[in-house]
Amino acid sequence: MALKMSDFKTDVFVDWCPGCGNFGILASLQMALAELGLEPHRVVLVSGIGCSGKPPHFVKTYGVHTLHGRTLPFAQGIKIANPELEVIVMGGDGDGLGIGAGHFVNAGRRNIDMTYLIHNNAVYGLTKGQASPTLRLGLRTKSLPKPNINEAVNPIALAIVSGYTFVARVYAYDTKHLKEIIKQAIQHKGLAFVDILQPCPTYNDINTKDWYAGEDRKDPKTGKPMSRLYKLEEIGYDPLVKDLSEDIAKKLVAIEKAQEWGDEIPLGIFYKNELVPTFEARISQRIPFYVANAPAKQQISDETGASVADLSEFFEELKMS
Amino acid sequence: MAVEEINWMSGGPQGSGVDTAANIFGRACGYGGLYVYGRREYHSNIKGLHSYFHLRISGNEVSANVNDVDLLAAFDAETVVRHINEVVSDGGIIVDKDQVETKVLSIPTLTYELRSELRQYLDKKGLGDSLSDLLADAGKSGVHVFQVPYMDLLKQIADKLKIEQLSKVTRMINVLTIGISFGLLDYDESLVEKAIRTFFAEKPRIVDMNILAVKTAYDYAKQNFQNNFGHKLQKIEIDEKRIFISGNQAVALGKVLGGCRVQTYYPITPAADESEYLEAHEILKTKLGEERGAIIVMQTEDEIAAINMASGAALAGARAATATSGPGFSLMVEGLAWAGNSEVPVVITYYQRGAPSTGLPTRHGQDDLRFALHAGHGEFARIVLASGDIRECFYDAAAAFNYAEKYQMPVIHLIDKAMGNSSQTCALFDSSMFKIERGNILDETQLIGEYKRFKFTESGISPRVFLGTKNGVHWYTGDEHNEFGHISEEPANRTLMVEKRMKKLDLIEKEVPIEERINFFGDKNAKNIIVSWGSPKGAIVEALQKLTQEGFNLGFIQVRMMHPLPKEYLTDALQNTEKIIDVEMNYSGQLGGIIREKTGIPIGFHILKWNGRPMTTTEVYEAVKLVLFNKAPKRQVLTYGS
Repeated sequence: MALKMSDFKTDVFVDWCPGCGNFGILASLQMALAELGLEPHRVVLVSGIGCSGKPPHFVKTYGVHTLHGRTLPFAQGIKIANPELEVIVMGGDGDGLGIGAGHFVNAGRRNIDMTYLIHNNAVYGLTKGQASPTLRLGLRTKSLPKPNINEAVNPIALAIVSGYTFVARVYAYDTKHLKEIIKQAIQHKGLAFVDILQPCPTYNDINTKDWYAGEDRKDPKTGKPMSRLYKLEEIGYDPLVKDLSEDIAKKLVAIEKAQEWGDEIPLGIFYKNELVPTFEARISQRIPFYVANAPAKQQISDETGASVADLSEFFEELKMS
Repeated sequence: MAVEEINWMSGGPQGSGVDTAANIFGRACGYGGLYVYGRREYHSNIKGLHSYFHLRISGNEVSANVNDVDLLAAFDAETVVRHINEVVSDGGIIVDKDQVETKVLSIPTLTYELRSELRQYLDKKGLGDSLSDLLADAGKSGVHVFQVPYMDLLKQIADKLKIEQLSKVTRMINVLTIGISFGLLDYDESLVEKAIRTFFAEKPRIVDMNILAVKTAYDYAKQNFQNNFGHKLQKIEIDEKRIFISGNQAVALGKVLGGCRVQTYYPITPAADESEYLEAHEILKTKLGEERGAIIVMQTEDEIAAINMASGAALAGARAATATSGPGFSLMVEGLAWAGNSEVPVVITYYQRGAPSTGLPTRHGQDDLRFALHAGHGEFARIVLASGDIRECFYDAAAAFNYAEKYQMPVIHLIDKAMGNSSQTCALFDSSMFKIERGNILDETQLIGEYKRFKFTESGISPRVFLGTKNGVHWYTGDEHNEFGHISEEPANRTLMVEKRMKKLDLIEKEVPIEERINFFGDKNAKNIIVSWGSPKGAIVEALQKLTQEGFNLGFIQVRMMHPLPKEYLTDALQNTEKIIDVEMNYSGQLGGIIREKTGIPIGFHILKWNGRPMTTTEVYEAVKLVLFNKAPKRQVLTYGS
């Protein structure tokens, strides 16, 4: 029986502010899971702390709502132990690029086959609107006592240099595009990163829905707002690395594209490379039966309860006779 | 036949093969049916600073050192300077003939403290500042000095091997000293050869070079120092299977036995050796046949990732552990509390070292008991185990997973540097009695209808389901949660949920046999009882045997489950005791304080040490004896060590 979006809903009240971009992310994720036909028990949704930490409670799959900044370590542990699981990680920009930045970088080095979605609203919402690592230098969102004194980190560029093999950006209110990219991210073989621009209606009064839509810059001829967002696929941008020899060039173009901001903000897939071996493939080189007989699936005791471990080879190495 | 006990020490600059020498020497003794206990001491340094190995060779299994050194094999002058006063009066010192004129105060790697101490010592004794002055002084009290021309011997070896550059053989100073040592001790040379063959198994050329070096040195000793040395070492026939193993390795083997399938770590001394050993043996032999067992060892970006990755793996159903030391555990604390709140069966092997902060990164200490007991904000259930020797490291490492899964809580397994980095021979571990107990786990066939991960039950234990199980969808959160695992701030739920988690400790008190929680040695009705935990065990047990033989009435409680503390047992055992003597390697007597807190019984005497070097049998014996003679202050501080 085909799965429906409603199969992925729980009866937990969704407690985000009215108009929050997260509603679009939640709906898109539920649609993506349904369309991919992923049975709820095969999916583990891992999140951190903040408004972005709550989705696991709203989605009827396995949910692990972890610590601030520590989503990726938990998620990688789950996936390593049972690579059959579809592990999807969600976190905020502060979670993943501030307190968890070390994990963000190092997860890229491993390229474990998971999906990481960052809810990027440039503020710390749940603690009342402090500047997050993606807020631009000099901006002063409404609850900041002073303008932001730090430069912003560039999530797309950081993901690319860290080794993520699928790097994309989407907009929370464009649910159709968002859903499609999430589906591709899930299907990607390797660590996929999706930067989701998510207006925070309560604390970010700069990067608002109207701002993204270009309500402040109407076309003088038509009188229509000129959106700041455009899609890479619509300008013929090709993110796919088809041969490792073109990898560096593709990365450099993607990093350059990632610098665009302000009046021209690209959405879509910046970089995609399935030629880099996943962590699972790397481990399988050493342990050929790793996927077939994964750590969480291994039988560790016999019917009498005795350990299946045979220590004789260890003792042979250590023996004193 | 009584076997003479020999305390052999080899020392030299870090990187000059001190460990290798000790390993070969220890193996050679082990092959001769002798028991070996070896303590490794080293600086936080890669090359150049002084390191040494103190090996105790005995007819009985021992797991502590004594103060004495019978034979000191010095690769360099500094080793002599640092350890000369530990050599017994009829002992021996093997020294490089070319270095005896070294001006000891000019040795560049001597620390400020040691140099000042040495200057004072020379002044006080009216000695000159050459190594030969110190050696001559030791000679006066009966110490034999064996001056060996290391470079001449190496030159002979290089010539035989047709090696032109002497620098290619200078690494073998370590084996030269082994050859000299065994020549002096009149030990079976073939056992040394065997040890070298095993140690360098995969490098035949190195084997040949080293065997030649040992033979050359052995013959040199026989020819030049015949009958000059009173201590002898004889092999004995045994019909027992034995292994030579370090604490790090014993923990790793215990984890394999216990079914550990994911181990995470960030490099830190003295814990990392365990993880590297596991990674080197990642494909596991099992009774089920080929391709059925493997352990994934993950080197993470930090200890925060290490604990949380292990927790993630545990939620998915793998037995998972991490291994670290104090600074790393400090970073794990937030993750520990998450695991406590979400009832995750994760095992943390905690190798204590001198603390706080970076402290003494390569030295011993038991500073972190209270930290292990209290780490993490809030109140949550955990188990803290403390092994007392290398053998216990093995069994406890396996049992830790049973406790973790049965009671669904993090387990902290406390080891310390003295255990972790020491090696000893012991009878082959017997794992036949060990059973894996995974606790209450439901699979998809048992899941019908609504499943609540944190269902309220009488025992506090809720049936567990691994992530990915069909029909078992559930949630975890670091927030307070309801039975489903969803966030809940409701007061009634909070009251019940905290109690649910905490009362599992009562269940442990009820279910875990006291034999797994304490060891008792000596007289059950003794008037005087020693309490301790961790690696002082070896020294205490020996001291107790000696004092008992001398007619003292003494018992020793080694606490192995530090939390929940076996308080009823301790109350019964200690309430009518005349003298309670707390022995541990920290400043404040942490176990003593905890016993008083949990039982209301005050501790009369403390024997404490925190200089970074483990307690020896000698000093524990002397300190306890003072207490028994009513001559001890309430607090004795031990200071032996170099």
